[in-house]
Amino acid sequence: MDLDEILRLPPYSLSAADKRRILGAGLADLTRSHRRRCPQYARLLDIFYPGLEDFRLPQEAPYLPVGLFKARELKSIPDSQVYKILTSSGTSGSGLSRIVLDRETARRQAQALGAIVAQAVGPARLPMLVLDSADFLKDRKNFNARAAAILGFSTFGLDHLYAFDSSLSADLPAIEAWLRAHDGPILVFGMTFLVWRLLEQTAGRLDLSRAVLIHGGGWKRLQERAVTRLEFRKALADGWGARRVYDYYGMVEQVGGVFLECEHGWLHAPNFSDILVRDPLTWKPARAGETGVIEAMSLLPESYPGHCVLTEDLGALGGEDGCSCGRRGTYFSVSGRVPQAQLRGCSDVYAEGAAA
Amino acid sequence: MNRLERAFAEALGLPAKTDFAALEYSRNDYWDSVAHMRLVAEIEKTFGVRFDYEEVLALSSYSKAAEMLKKRGLSVDD
Repeated sequence: MDLDEILRLPPYSLSAADKRRILGAGLADLTRSHRRRCPQYARLLDIFYPGLEDFRLPQEAPYLPVGLFKARELKSIPDSQVYKILTSSGTSGSGLSRIVLDRETARRQAQALGAIVAQAVGPARLPMLVLDSADFLKDRKNFNARAAAILGFSTFGLDHLYAFDSSLSADLPAIEAWLRAHDGPILVFGMTFLVWRLLEQTAGRLDLSRAVLIHGGGWKRLQERAVTRLEFRKALADGWGARRVYDYYGMVEQVGGVFLECEHGWLHAPNFSDILVRDPLTWKPARAGETGVIEAMSLLPESYPGHCVLTEDLGALGGEDGCSCGRRGTYFSVSGRVPQAQLRGCSDVYAEGAAA
Repeated sequence: MNRLERAFAEALGLPAKTDFAALEYSRNDYWDSVAHMRLVAEIEKTFGVRFDYEEVLALSSYSKAAEMLKKRGLSVDD
């Protein structure tokens, strides 16, 4: 089954067994093809995976730490085919990832995201409230993960309204007028910390009970304020009446194949991407329920070797195929970031090796 | 200019001498992903149609847009 065939399937339709086979073969193809087209990747494989043989299982695929995309531009296409460069939002201050896209990869990312969101929202586009400032998109060179997410999700909306001004204050009268102009369901989208920011400014004064609310980008800034996932959901229900709330987990290194939360609070892997939790002591796959470092795998990256990346996030596998929501495939939760000191140690090793 | 050309020129801020037949998404300075949502809204308003998200993704050139409208039995000419 080729990638375009997989993309045409309903996004959570493959059983874990079928998926292992298809994903394993797809990742093996991508590893071979990137090794041929990206000399830096070939060198990294030679150093860190000497004697790497053909593999069949996703867990056997060689993976790169995401930090490597900060250290260097890894691409598998000639400059003439570069269509867009995505950068990370850069909250950590340790440099930005640079992800190089060609047209085909960008097209498939959009198609993949479409399949996932349609499952939650339905096929029709909805009036969309963007929890960000329109000014954020004015700088067309500033194409970071946040802008890419807003634009990616904007495809599912119409008559978009940006909720914040450039200083991130909510324009409450404008939002209320916009809500009055649209009956029926609406789509609300924004970074998790901006959802919280709007809630702080408008709780009890805004009715978002007919909203499908999708948010992502991480909990780091909310955890610092000791807001838990459960409190977040409750606050949204109490303050706005918003109950259809979906978190998503995604990263700029693997745009498109995002992991969307289900009605039961689990993040789900679609057919074309997956995660694995690795035990940080042995780097072997952890059992369900055990916390470890998340490895993200995707069949979408054709223009850069980002098909298997070791993230800097901690999480735990919930299981496979068995979630009460009915979706097939892997489901999991994310619990936080790997401690910085540990990370630095890990990426230093890679940086030294890669410089050799 | 026909109605569709006017919608493109308006939404994308195109110069007077644009070759519409050759116009493709992201292959020029005017039609990027931000401008794309403006263009979709302008075409929807002009022709009284509503595209689903797959059509929004598929609308990648002037000729594609013309074809999509034609399929719905709409004429781009005045």
